[in-house]
Amino acid sequence: MVSRVSGATNLGRNGLHDWVLQRFSAIVLAIYTLGLLGWFAVNPDFSYGAWRGLFDATWMKIATLAAIIALCAHAWIGMWTIATDYLTSLALGKAATFVRLLFQAGCVILIFTYLVWGVQILWGL
Amino acid sequence: MAKGPNVNWLPVKDDNRPVNLDLTKFHFPLPAITSILHRISGVLIFVGTAVLMWLLAESLSSEEGFQRVGEWLQSPIVKFIVWGILSGLLYHLIAGLRHLLMDAGIGETLEGGRRGAVLIIVFSVISILIAGVWVW
Repeated sequence: MVSRVSGATNLGRNGLHDWVLQRFSAIVLAIYTLGLLGWFAVNPDFSYGAWRGLFDATWMKIATLAAIIALCAHAWIGMWTIATDYLTSLALGKAATFVRLLFQAGCVILIFTYLVWGVQILWGL
Repeated sequence: MAKGPNVNWLPVKDDNRPVNLDLTKFHFPLPAITSILHRISGVLIFVGTAVLMWLLAESLSSEEGFQRVGEWLQSPIVKFIVWGILSGLLYHLIAGLRHLLMDAGIGETLEGGRRGAVLIIVFSVISILIAGVWVW
């Protein structure tokens, strides 16, 4: 019963699908993170104009949106992995499935908040 | 025989093989420690993203907002929080890159796994120290 419910809350269609999504989103996030850190390294003590100019560029808005969407998928899979590994009936007894679904619901709310907030930061100003 | 933990949920019952699933009683080798740190850092940066997005939103809102973020980053507490999130991010990134290498078949042996774990620690300590210098 437990495994059936845990199989219903993962992001992909199956474990292999999750595996691919996790790797693909990881690569997107790694490239974005290294790119942004590189920008900070090249532009120490940057001005508001330079910072605003970076995020006003369409390619940066698209890259940032891609990174946020990748973060959503990556966090969903990661949090699912942790929840199904630790919030188990061995640790929590009969309440385990309820506690885990509550935890995952909280994660989904936070993920959705990041997505909406990110779009608002990029295009809502 | 010592009674193991409650494993009634396992499909096999009345099994008298010794069971030790009490993780607190294991001695953890380095690869196990780097693995659990990967998970802990993942949770940390998942939550820390809220702080980073807040700083991003404020810094892009206006010239004044940008100045405010600059002032916040002067505070030792904010510096420490940002450094903490950056540390989690750098560790997760390095351990993640190593995962991708292992997916490609590199460092998959027992010895390779141990060497990889040592390299994760070395690279992340160096990058976390550099991040600390940058934040302060």
